[in-house]
Amino acid sequence: MAKVLMKGNEALAEAAMRCGCRFFFGYPITPQTELAAYMAKKMQKNGGTFLQAESEVAAINMVYGAAGAGARVMTSSSSPGISLKQEGISYIAGADLPCLVVNIVRGGPGLGGIQPAQSDYFQATKGGGHGDYHLLVFAPSSVQELADMTSRAFDKADEYRMPAMIMGDGMLGQMMEPVEFKDPIDPATLPEKPWATTGTGMKRKKNIINSLYLTPEELENLCIEREKRYDKIRETEALYEEIQTEDADVIIAAYGTIARVAMSAVEAARAKGIKAGLIRPITLWPFPEKVFAKRAETAKCFLSVEMSMGQMVEDVRLSVNGKKPVYFYGRTGGMVPEQDAIVAEIEKCLKNS
Amino acid sequence: MYEQIVIAGFGGQGVLFAGKILAYMGMDTGKELSWLPSYGPEMRGGTCNCSVIIADTQIGSPVIQRPDALIVMNKPSLEKFVDAVKPGGVIVLDSSLIDTKVERDDVTVVYIPAMQIAESAGAGTLGNMVMAGAYMKAREDMYNIEDLYRSVREHTPAKRAGLAEKNIELLKAGYEYKQC
Amino acid sequence: MEKIFERPHSLSDFVLSYCPGCTHGVINRLVAEVVDEMGLEGSTIGVCPVGCSVTAYNFFEFDMQEAAHGRAPAVATGIKRVHPDKLVFTYQGDGDLAAIGTAETIHSAARAENISIIFVNNTIYGMTGGQMAPTSLIDQVTQTTPFGRKVENQGYPIHVSEMVSTLKGACYVERVSVDSVPNIRKTKAAIRKAFECQMAGKGFSLVEVLSSCPTNWGMSPVEALERIRTEMMPEFPLGVYKDCTETGGVR
Repeated sequence: MAKVLMKGNEALAEAAMRCGCRFFFGYPITPQTELAAYMAKKMQKNGGTFLQAESEVAAINMVYGAAGAGARVMTSSSSPGISLKQEGISYIAGADLPCLVVNIVRGGPGLGGIQPAQSDYFQATKGGGHGDYHLLVFAPSSVQELADMTSRAFDKADEYRMPAMIMGDGMLGQMMEPVEFKDPIDPATLPEKPWATTGTGMKRKKNIINSLYLTPEELENLCIEREKRYDKIRETEALYEEIQTEDADVIIAAYGTIARVAMSAVEAARAKGIKAGLIRPITLWPFPEKVFAKRAETAKCFLSVEMSMGQMVEDVRLSVNGKKPVYFYGRTGGMVPEQDAIVAEIEKCLKNS
Repeated sequence: MYEQIVIAGFGGQGVLFAGKILAYMGMDTGKELSWLPSYGPEMRGGTCNCSVIIADTQIGSPVIQRPDALIVMNKPSLEKFVDAVKPGGVIVLDSSLIDTKVERDDVTVVYIPAMQIAESAGAGTLGNMVMAGAYMKAREDMYNIEDLYRSVREHTPAKRAGLAEKNIELLKAGYEYKQC
Repeated sequence: MEKIFERPHSLSDFVLSYCPGCTHGVINRLVAEVVDEMGLEGSTIGVCPVGCSVTAYNFFEFDMQEAAHGRAPAVATGIKRVHPDKLVFTYQGDGDLAAIGTAETIHSAARAENISIIFVNNTIYGMTGGQMAPTSLIDQVTQTTPFGRKVENQGYPIHVSEMVSTLKGACYVERVSVDSVPNIRKTKAAIRKAFECQMAGKGFSLVEVLSSCPTNWGMSPVEALERIRTEMMPEFPLGVYKDCTETGGVR
């Protein structure tokens, strides 16, 4: 199909419906508004359900119910709303249910602001809710990638029976770029979920969707089993893009839209004769540790550039494991790092290392 | 080419739409492009802007730090962006809404009374189209104005075809305006 | 030998975890009997709460989901939207439904969500050891109201059936009790009516069941049943609070 010009928020919604999502439960919040609005307009025509819940808390629990009932289901929100959903996300992970949660991140903490931010990295990758669990976290940097990652997130969530999150920032949600969609699929063709509560039809034993295990041995065994799945994901599912890292002295780590500002900064630095490069994690969990470890052999230093006070930088440091210095530059609260400022930081890092 | 355009004015002046038709033209002519609005409560009535990048190569930052072109429709926006424009860049300024002159000699400035032109054509809300037309003229080495007309027609719903033609009439007025 | 009485098929042989003398078991059984009698064992999806019936997924012999505290109506909404032809019900206590889950209760009713709620009101948090519930009576002594629930400090009990019945989306709301055999029979009839209301697509139904908690009330089972009659019923009168089942429902 031909390219269309679309906002990130709308492209995500369209991509979700095309890959068979027929259930959306949400609650209004800026700056993900267009996503829910697009769903509201199109979902019914597609024979699906769009429901504006009474709260984010209710919305995520409707997702739990629908996911447990076997549906491809999603919700979307922005930072404060995602905080409210954390209890539900923990239960969804604990009951091994697949679903998609979209966070179009805004500045925080608290009510924060409505401008773009990346300050929910810890929440997305280090738990968020209670207990030993992870989400698959995708951080696309263009509208096209946002659409592509949407179907991937659903598929991987189904494959590993776990919740997936797409983390974009307000900028990605609001910006328009040309996007090409895959052909729509019929939800009936999605893989079967024999564990779902669909009514036994008197043909099988009952299915139970649950995260309560009162026997410690049983709960520990489940967590160990889940951790094995997580290990497999760490091994096979990390995604990233490398730009000019082969000969780079300083390598920027940046994800999402900021990776694009960083890419421009890399070019500007190269024009000044500085050997700069970029590693752009596309999955934040699993974090692409190996590529950082590999480049730590050749680069002189790393610079994590984020729209936060420094969150992903911790994972960069863990991956580089002390081999080379890892610096941080960030703006937060809705401020966006500028290209010139990043170039200046690159120069400073090189001088220091 | 790697053209970074900032369009700025008050909410309601059609700033975002002017950016959108340039974006459509970029897409329809096979270029890379991005369109990024300012968003937030200030969108109604307050200042409003959008960043459009049209390029032959992959687009890096969708945020424009130093525009090649500034299309500006109110004074606060001129003050905000005038110094950011790259040397050698172009500023298209609605002289019926902004009474000051640009005090830079390293940029090309097009003064056009876009609002007046639109009003005398009986379309007071389409100053944005006059401005876009004037921008196309200032960058005629980069674009073909016919491509823009085609994109406007193509991306206007059939039931609003009349509106597309009105938009094109005002784009043309801006494109053909002779600065005195 | 002829078998003249047996466990409902919809009830498993799992040993119930309720305290001796508690009437939760009776209500579980009534739900199972109704599902059996309506022939819905294969097409029922139940949602259990956090509270004394938190492990009810073990007791029922049909598909079950365990919800987070208070969220059962939201979970049931999600299930029902995916499987509109199935019987979807929640089984919730007073803390779950009328404290932490008030919003979900009210809004599922307001949406005329085509689900049924079995609401067990025993005026106390049982599983956590007897704390004040939103339905605790004035002067009721609990672990967290050791000198009795006082209006000036904790205000008044919530009347769920009365409140829900004011919502246009509620189709059938009745308060019943399991303190005596005649009332148990009425409770079963109410549960059946709620499930029939749902299967006919008529909209939201809620059956509030006054139930006993001998352990946390500090009474014998018989005294506890007496308390339902003497103390609870005056505050929570039995009866049908709303019934639109005869007029085609609320959807």
